[in-house]
Amino acid sequence: MKRNLKYNLVWLLIAVVGWILINVLEGVGIIDQFAETTLVLIGINIILASGLNLIIGFSGQFSLGHAGFMALGAYAAALVTQAMPTELGLALGIIIGMILAGVVALIIGIPTLRLKGDYLAIATMGAAEIIRIILINLKITNGPAGLYGLPQLASWSTVYVLVVVTTVLTVNFIHSRNGRAVMSVREDEIAAESMGINTTKFKVAAFVFGGMTAAIGGALHATYIQTIAPNDFGIMESISILIIVVMGGIGSMTGTFAAAILLGVLDMVLQSFGALRMVLYSLALILIMVFRPKGLFGTWEFSVKRLFNRKKRAKEEV
Amino acid sequence: MLLEVQDLSVNYGVIQAVKGVSFNVNAGEIVTLIGANGAGKSTILHTISGLIRPKSGKIMYDGTEIQKEKSQKIVASGISQVPEGRHIFPGLTVLENLQMGAYLRKDREQTKKDYQTVFERFPVLAERKNQDAATLSGGEQQMLAMGRALMAAPKLILLDEPSMGLAPIFINEIFDIIQAIQKNGTTVLLIEQNAAKALAIADRGYVLSVGKIVLSGTGKALLANKDVQKAYLGG
Ligand SMILES: Nc1ncnc2c1ncn2[C@@H]1O[C@H](COP(=O)(O)OP(=O)(O)OP(=O)(O)O)[C@@H](O)[C@H]1O
Ligand SMILES: [Mg+2]
Repeated sequence: MKRNLKYNLVWLLIAVVGWILINVLEGVGIIDQFAETTLVLIGINIILASGLNLIIGFSGQFSLGHAGFMALGAYAAALVTQAMPTELGLALGIIIGMILAGVVALIIGIPTLRLKGDYLAIATMGAAEIIRIILINLKITNGPAGLYGLPQLASWSTVYVLVVVTTVLTVNFIHSRNGRAVMSVREDEIAAESMGINTTKFKVAAFVFGGMTAAIGGALHATYIQTIAPNDFGIMESISILIIVVMGGIGSMTGTFAAAILLGVLDMVLQSFGALRMVLYSLALILIMVFRPKGLFGTWEFSVKRLFNRKKRAKEEV
Repeated sequence: MLLEVQDLSVNYGVIQAVKGVSFNVNAGEIVTLIGANGAGKSTILHTISGLIRPKSGKIMYDGTEIQKEKSQKIVASGISQVPEGRHIFPGLTVLENLQMGAYLRKDREQTKKDYQTVFERFPVLAERKNQDAATLSGGEQQMLAMGRALMAAPKLILLDEPSMGLAPIFINEIFDIIQAIQKNGTTVLLIEQNAAKALAIADRGYVLSVGKIVLSGTGKALLANKDVQKAYLGG
C-alpha cells in the first residue's frame, strides 16, 4: 500500500506538470479555443473508454451500451444545472448521474452476468436503446430536440481533473486484490470460482464501475458542449467508444489513452477535409488494425514502478 | 472422518453422471478415486467444491453438511481443488496466480510464510515468479495449479488427474509432491487415470464405473485385485 502511494504520487506529479504545461500553452496562445475543445473531447473519451476497457478488457464482458450510461450522466447533469447553474449544481448533477447509472447497471448486470456467455452485449444494447427512447418521449428531457443552451460549467480544468481522478481510481482498482479477482474471472471462470471468488459479484462490480464512469463522461459532455439530444447517445456512440478501446489494445489503459489522443487529434486535423473526413478517418482505423491487430499497445502498460525498478537494478549492477 | 459422501447423485439435465455414490476420507489419508473416462470422477469433485449442486445425497465435511453451501464458503472452510486440466490464470503472473489461491485468507503472517513454503516445494515457480503463467510448460503449470491450491492452506486438497499429459519424469515428481503434501498434514483426495501410481501411494481407494462405486479397499489390496489389474492396470 505504502509503495503504491509512492507511484501514485509520481503519477499525480506528472498530472500536475501536464496541467501547468497546458495552461502555459494556452497562455501563450499555442492552444486556441478549437484546440481546447479537442483536448476536452479527448479527455471525455478517455473517461468513457477506460471505463469500457475495465468492463471489456479486464472483466472480459462485452458491453455494447456504453452510450446509454453516458446519456444518464448527461441528462442528469443537464437537468440539475439548468435548475442550479453553479459549480455545486455540476457536482450534484455528476453524482446523481453516477448513482442513476450505477442502479441501471445493477439492474442489467445482476440477471445477465450470472449467466455464462455474451448475454451482456445484447442486454446492454437493448438497455441503451430503451434509455434513448425514454429520453425521446419524456417531457422533462424535451423529447427528440434535446436540451440546449445549458450553462457551461465544465471547463477544460474540470475535465482534466476528472480524467486524473477516474484514471487513478481505475488503475488502483485493477492492481488491487479485487482487481486481480476480476481478471481471474476473465481468464478462467471455473478456476476463479474454485478459488472461492464470487464470480458474479466481480463481473457486476466491474460493470457498475464502468457504467458510473460513463455517467461522468456524459455529464462533462453536456456541461461543456451545452447541447444534448437523445440521438447523441445511440449505438454509433457506443461503437466509437468501443473503437478507442479496441484500437488502444483491449486490456491496456495506456493504449486507451494513446488511442483517445490519436483519434482525437486525427479528427481535429481532418476537420478541414470536409466530406472526405469520414473516409480518411475510417482508412486510418483500418490501417491501424491491419498493422497492429491487437491494438496499439496490446495489453502492455506504461508503469512508473517498472521504470523505478529498472533504475534500481541498473544502479545495483554498477 | 474429515469427508463423508453419502448416497450422492448428480445429474446434468437428463444425464445421470453420478448414481448414489458413498465414500469417505479420514483426516491425514490419501484416498484415490479411479475410473475410466466419463465415470463421474470430476463431477464428484465439482460437487464437493460447490461448483455443481447434487440431485440428492449428502456431503459431510468436518461434521457439517456442505452440499448446499456456496463454493466461497467451502473454500474458506478448508477444501481446495486443483481442477482437471490445471485451469491456471494465463493473463496473470505466477505470483498473481498464487495470490489468487490465498484470496480468501485473512492470516497475513502465515500466508507470507506459506509463499516461502510453496516456493521451496516448487523452486521453478520462484524462478518464474513474475512471468506470465501462460508461458509455463505443462508440468510447470500443474505445479502452479497445486501451489495455488496449497496457498489456500487447505485441510483437504482435491486433485483431479494431476499427472494428465505429463512426461514420466514429471509424473514421478508430482506423486512425490502429493506424498509430501500428505506428510505436511493435508488430507488428499486424488483422482487419477494412472491407477498404478495412485494406488501405490494411496491409503485407500475406490473404483468408480459409470457413476457407481464398484470396488473399494486399501491401495495395496486394490493393486493386487485381479479385476482392477485387468481393467485399469493393463493386465
Ligand atoms: N457439463 C456437463 N454437461 C453434461 N454432461 C456432462 C457435463 N460434464 C460431464 N458430463 C457427463 O457426465 C459424465 C461424467 O463426467 P465426468 O467429467 O465427471 O467424468 P470423469 O470421470 O471425470 O472423466 P475423465 O476421466 O474423462 O475426466 C460423462 O458422461 C460426461 O459426458
Ligand atoms: Mg474428469
